[in-house]
Amino acid sequence: MNKTLLIIQREYSSRVKKKSFLIMTFLVPMLIIGMYALIIVLSIKGGDNIPNVEVIDQSGIFQNGLEDTKAVKFRRSELTLEEAKKKVVNNEDAFILYIPSDIESGGSIEMFSQKKAGLSVISTIDRKLNDLMRIKMLKDAGIDAKTLDSIKPELSVVSKELTVEGEKDSSSAAAMAVGFAAAILIYISLFIYGVQVMRGIIEEKTSRIVEVVISSVKPFQLMLGKIIGIGLVGLTQFLLWIALSGGLMAASSSILLKDKVEKIQSAMPAKAQGMQTNPALNDGPGQGLIKAIQTVQWSYILPVFITFFLGGYMLYSALFAAVGSAVDNDTETQQFMMPITMPLLFTYIMSFSFIVNNPDSSLSFWLSIIPFTSPIAMMVRLPFGVPNWQLALSIVLLIAGFIFTTWIASRIYRVGILMYGKKVSFKELGKWLMYKG
Amino acid sequence: MLSIRNIVKQYANHRALDNVSIEIEKGSIFGLLGPNGAGKTSLIRIINQITGPDQGEILLNGEKLKPSHISIIGYLPEERGLYKKMEIGEQMMYLAQLKGLSKSEATARIRYWFEKMGIQSWWNKKVEDLSKGMQQKVQFIATVVHSPELIILDEPFSGFDPVNAQLITNEILELNSKGTTIIFSTHRMESVEQLCDSIALIHKSKKILDGKVKDIKNKYRNNSYRIAYYGKLDIPENKIFTINDEKFEDDMTHLTVQITNAHTVNDLLNFLIPQVQITELIEIIPSMNDIFIQNVKTS
Repeated sequence: MNKTLLIIQREYSSRVKKKSFLIMTFLVPMLIIGMYALIIVLSIKGGDNIPNVEVIDQSGIFQNGLEDTKAVKFRRSELTLEEAKKKVVNNEDAFILYIPSDIESGGSIEMFSQKKAGLSVISTIDRKLNDLMRIKMLKDAGIDAKTLDSIKPELSVVSKELTVEGEKDSSSAAAMAVGFAAAILIYISLFIYGVQVMRGIIEEKTSRIVEVVISSVKPFQLMLGKIIGIGLVGLTQFLLWIALSGGLMAASSSILLKDKVEKIQSAMPAKAQGMQTNPALNDGPGQGLIKAIQTVQWSYILPVFITFFLGGYMLYSALFAAVGSAVDNDTETQQFMMPITMPLLFTYIMSFSFIVNNPDSSLSFWLSIIPFTSPIAMMVRLPFGVPNWQLALSIVLLIAGFIFTTWIASRIYRVGILMYGKKVSFKELGKWLMYKG
Repeated sequence: MLSIRNIVKQYANHRALDNVSIEIEKGSIFGLLGPNGAGKTSLIRIINQITGPDQGEILLNGEKLKPSHISIIGYLPEERGLYKKMEIGEQMMYLAQLKGLSKSEATARIRYWFEKMGIQSWWNKKVEDLSKGMQQKVQFIATVVHSPELIILDEPFSGFDPVNAQLITNEILELNSKGTTIIFSTHRMESVEQLCDSIALIHKSKKILDGKVKDIKNKYRNNSYRIAYYGKLDIPENKIFTINDEKFEDDMTHLTVQITNAHTVNDLLNFLIPQVQITELIEIIPSMNDIFIQNVKTS
């Protein structure tokens, strides 16, 4: 066991001492903070570049009803469609919304512009038009304007988390964002650190140090030492990232928020009239983000994240180790990488298309229980609430899973590292599994 | 020191070692010979417990091989290398500690060897900055740093320049004089003649010859002599010898003869002395190379 420790120590210190490790450690939180700051800045400055949409309304239904919003400004246009189209061709900032006269009998509304209109612009216009249309149709159906005005539901769901300690505000959006971010982080880091294990083994093979080392230790010890050492490097990096990002985020948000509060106050009077005031909107996305992040249960998510990262890492890096031992250089790894990357990619895609929408379906359940897919799937399910027994079952199976893959990998590894200059096939890997001692 | 008993190692498609038994005496320099692919490296890996035999057993100092024996064996593999990006000193410390030395012991031993080899200034250098010859010195130190009782060198001189080869040879002889047993695996016969006391020849997974170098050579002597002389020799039909080769060079005649059974070299001299002036008479002892080739061909 002592020797395994020595190997772990070497793998760890040789990597942590590298410049690239230091750079990554500081660069990534900077990037996160940068992105975070950018979101806040953009959300504050978002109004600077609002598209002016010229409306050609031949139906006469909408022209008086279209009010400016945060995302779009509307202007009535007297141009004909032909003239308007010319204008669009000559002016890259022009947006023309064309409403035909036969809109009620199935005509379609068209938007012309050189630049593609943003998704939020389109959806805002869409919503506005539909609202106006609905009002007109209701009026046509005989509901008078007064009744209509009095019916204006203003609903918004405030999510409260109810636990034994009482209720508190929670933001499922923030929890989801954190869960997704964790899933993506696990997905990426399984590859990053798994490939490091593989490269490390290929390096030992090509530099021919491996036979010197395994005359002193068992191949299994060397493999395990490498896996654990690099895993600890990953863990160190994560912890540094979390600490650095947390610190920097706290610092930057206090600076940015101060600036923002002033801005909102000066902007308020102008906008206050005619705008539906809604507390959530007034908060603005920047502040909302910070509030939301504060509601996330870090003390729950972090340990689960670390557990699943480590479990998934151990499981997959063992397989990466087996691949590394079976080949002579990076280019030969391709064929063996497929079976490793497929389940990961599959889970990744499933997570963001299916599990997000059906977190409690039985497929989601199985994906978050099966060791090969659980590290990613479980992180996506986590924000929606996962019963403890499922979490426990998943972790137990993950541990069983990595013991299994480590066993398989060690059988391939002990033969593979002594095979030089030989191209191997899956069939041969199978044979190696069966070799004795 | 080392008893290899009836070792069988079977791979999927071929048998790497077929019932091989070898005895290696303590304090000897033993040559493990054989053409490429004969099974030498397979056997060495079994001795180093890198792989296990399918049948048979190996006793080291009378005990069955066990993991703790690793610390009394030093192994220089044929396929050898070092971590390229690691500093030499750090790397030696790592390898020495893997062999079971404590940190302080390892430091002292490495210092000693670095001084002996005159490479103290390399401690902080990276392996990739060293020439190949320099790396070989470092590898040799890694093999012997834990003062093993048994040193196994697999093709130790492949890639060594003559200066380093001599340096390493001297170190090997010095270690041997202090009682270290050494196993050489090689197909280079010159180094065998120069160094080894005993050998075993492995061919196609089987041991086909073993014993003391002296005994083997004696066995393969066939009473052949090379003679050089001035003057003219009148060679009648005689029963003393047969001529295998005759050459005339620098006013001298060079003869290669084989003395027939029942005669001795003295009979040959008695025949020659009255007639010619002899400048040279040497018994042709077959080189290990010849014995090697002869055995490999006939088996």
